[in-house]
Amino acid sequence: MKRFAALYADLDATTATNEKVAALTRYFRQAPEEDAAWAAYFLAGGKPRQIVPTQLMYALACERAGIDAWLFDLSYEAVGDFAETVAHVLPPPVGQSGLGLAEWVTDRLLPLRGADPATQRARIATYWDELGRDERFLMNKLITGELRVGVSKLLVQRALAQAFELDAKRVAQRMMGYTDARATPSAARFRALVSASEADGNAGQPYPFFLAHPLDVAQDELAAHLGPPADWIVEWKFDGIRAQVIKRAGQVWIWSRGEELVTERFPEVASAAASLADGTVVDGEIVAWKDGRVAPFALLQQRIGRKVLTPKVLADAPVAYVAYDLLEVDGADLRDKPQRERRALLEAMLVRNPAIGLSAMETAESWDALARLRATARARGVEGFMLKHRESRYGIGRRKQEKGGGAAWWKWKVEPFAIDAVLVYAQPGSGRRASLYTDYTFAVWNRMPRDASQARDYVAAVARREAPSADALQLVPFAKAYSGLTDEEIGDVDRLVRRTTVEKFGPVRSLAPSLVCEIGFEGIARSARHRSGVAVRFPRILRVRADKPLHEADTLISLQRLLLAGQADGASGGC
Amino acid sequence: MSDLVVARPEGLYCPPGGFFIDPWRPVERAVITHAHGDHARAGHGHYLASRASEPVMHVRLPGVRLQTLEYGETLRQGDVSVSLHPAGHVLGSAQLRIEHRGEVWVASGDYFAAGERDDPREHNRTCAPFEPVRCHCFITESTFGLPIYRWAPQDAVFAAIDAWWAENARNGRASVLLAYALGKAQRVLAGIDSSIGPLIVHGAVDTVTRAYRAASVALPATQLVTEVSDPSVLRRCLVIAPPSAQRSPWLRRFGDLSDAFASGWMQVRGARRRRSVDRGFVLSDHADWPGLLRVIAATGASRVIVTHGFEAAMVRWLAGHGYEAGAFATEYGDLDDDP
Repeated sequence: MKRFAALYADLDATTATNEKVAALTRYFRQAPEEDAAWAAYFLAGGKPRQIVPTQLMYALACERAGIDAWLFDLSYEAVGDFAETVAHVLPPPVGQSGLGLAEWVTDRLLPLRGADPATQRARIATYWDELGRDERFLMNKLITGELRVGVSKLLVQRALAQAFELDAKRVAQRMMGYTDARATPSAARFRALVSASEADGNAGQPYPFFLAHPLDVAQDELAAHLGPPADWIVEWKFDGIRAQVIKRAGQVWIWSRGEELVTERFPEVASAAASLADGTVVDGEIVAWKDGRVAPFALLQQRIGRKVLTPKVLADAPVAYVAYDLLEVDGADLRDKPQRERRALLEAMLVRNPAIGLSAMETAESWDALARLRATARARGVEGFMLKHRESRYGIGRRKQEKGGGAAWWKWKVEPFAIDAVLVYAQPGSGRRASLYTDYTFAVWNRMPRDASQARDYVAAVARREAPSADALQLVPFAKAYSGLTDEEIGDVDRLVRRTTVEKFGPVRSLAPSLVCEIGFEGIARSARHRSGVAVRFPRILRVRADKPLHEADTLISLQRLLLAGQADGASGGC
Repeated sequence: MSDLVVARPEGLYCPPGGFFIDPWRPVERAVITHAHGDHARAGHGHYLASRASEPVMHVRLPGVRLQTLEYGETLRQGDVSVSLHPAGHVLGSAQLRIEHRGEVWVASGDYFAAGERDDPREHNRTCAPFEPVRCHCFITESTFGLPIYRWAPQDAVFAAIDAWWAENARNGRASVLLAYALGKAQRVLAGIDSSIGPLIVHGAVDTVTRAYRAASVALPATQLVTEVSDPSVLRRCLVIAPPSAQRSPWLRRFGDLSDAFASGWMQVRGARRRRSVDRGFVLSDHADWPGLLRVIAATGASRVIVTHGFEAAMVRWLAGHGYEAGAFATEYGDLDDDP
């Protein structure tokens, strides 16, 4: 337990991926196999069912700490994590446990499940007394089943591969099912995970993904760059997760573009693909799918973050697989065949067995006609077009090919709406982001400021808590955005929020305006309920514009213009 | 009998004595418990503080009209007699004892007392340790007034800082420890093993450190970064800088570095992550929860008034344990700052 607690502290102490992998690698090399087996299980997202009810731990912790429930609750508010709060409030330990992680889990914690409450209480109290604060914290995490330390399954696989000099994709294959709630990690299973033997074969190996380039060419130059549209296969570009579906030797593997094995995360795709013939590899996109059409990526995101897929999650955020390329048939590699041939084979295969969806093709006489069609992308819930040259082979990565206008695959996306707006309110997020200011309200000027000094005067008035008169220059809130920043940027903005707070209203802070961000959104509609007169769909922060002075932020007029453009665009924006 | 200390817009006020305690707005007469910026502000007519705080008061508030008292020395102020007693927080920090016709009140200022029992090993080694003073009413701070705050033995914290520094030095990178320039920085200097490598202090830390040395506090030799001629020093030194230096251009000269923050707030994992530093060392100059409860009991006070920190939690706990408890709203130590 000590060694695992030290690993956890190391992982917790850094945000750098390389350092995390290094810490994991050291641990996997040094820890006894049975402990490493459990560590890999927990860190890769394995979760035994809750061992003891939280309520029992809560009552016991209050009792052992000699504090009332209200004081525990206040403490929890300050900490934001149950397991950690318990670890802090308990009195110092009286002994020291030298048991390893595996012994702790199998001999001590798991047997608590189903024991009578009196036994549970007595044992947990004894265990707490044997552990220092960090180990107690981990013990509580293991019991409540919510160990999270910013390590993904992918990172664990990378570390195992590094520690035992293996190919990470092979480790990923071997890890399938490793974190199942029903499977118990053991030294033998860990040995199988990191064995140097290649007897388990290459059945699940994906092909390197062929990646598209963004098309950055003016509409009237498309013909000059790309030749006639008839040379191209034109498909809608889905906002989903690029994935290869592999069916070989009676088994299905799903690999995401990051070469992460995601079979277990998309059970509906895996079961649909089970009916494909052995020796088949399909390339396509996993998309959120609701009411017979592609749903926004935001819905898919609800799935991505989940380590446990409850029936509710599966029902709320269903997915579908849309195929657009065929890389292998009857075990034969098709990648050197032209795109049109692979497409024909794919269509033929899915006609015989429509197990998975097929990406539709669009045709038009001219690039101008395609451009007009592309303008309807928003209404269709897609990002624009994919252009694939009919004669192109399936390449590797983003490497360009000589034929067909440089690269053979182009993404021709519609631009998101974008507005430069000013941060005016902030409030803390939840979970990992509790008490970190991550939820922001952005505003635009009601009219264009005359100059920098007029904007400064307004900021000074806000700082003095003066309300502007209705017709005076002011910032009008128009969107809330929760995402789009890196952790480091969030840290910076958090400090800025604390520094520039004018007033606190419950959890919300009003700020002296100082920061401009570019806000992107997918749709815009009139709204009588919003002071700005508009409501936007899926606003997010495209980037922080630290370079942009306040007085150059956009205005209500800019939003009105987008509103008109959005209607012409076909975006109906039902907010 | 009426209260010896009341809250006024300018700060805490002693009506029979005619003076304010650590006022946040300019007043004629101010008693200053210690030299931190939120307690010792500029602009008052007359200052009274401990003799031991004199060197740091001169650094922080040069040129003010300062009268000093030895710890325990009594002075008549209006209708009351006042004396100052060690608070263990920073050099010269003091509790203010006020006596008026047999009634005794003590205002703690900020104080440092760790653990359920008074253990000399846990005293602040850079100033006189906290001494409980018997009183009827005790005005206490509550910066860490929640049971989640229990300080580990300080030598364990210094050992952890040493290990982090030594590891960084082995890997050829600087260790930058962010610590409050007055008090915390000197406590770190006094606690760490200076044989591990060179010690560099930020200018803001240097000024205060000189004042500590002038007061005969033993601290290891330090240098300013401008005094470093051998560039290899920058790759194995421990740098002590105020929290405001985090990600500042000043730090760029150290190249690849590991940073850490020394503060009681580092106790909580979320706070550590929010700080975005590589390491958080739980080192505080404030009383922890068991320390607060011990001190309150030791004063023998039946009435307790709680200031800056987790007032609501402390007041409720005290009321539930038979004390007459209340709170004063003050403008000390906004939780977002770095005590």
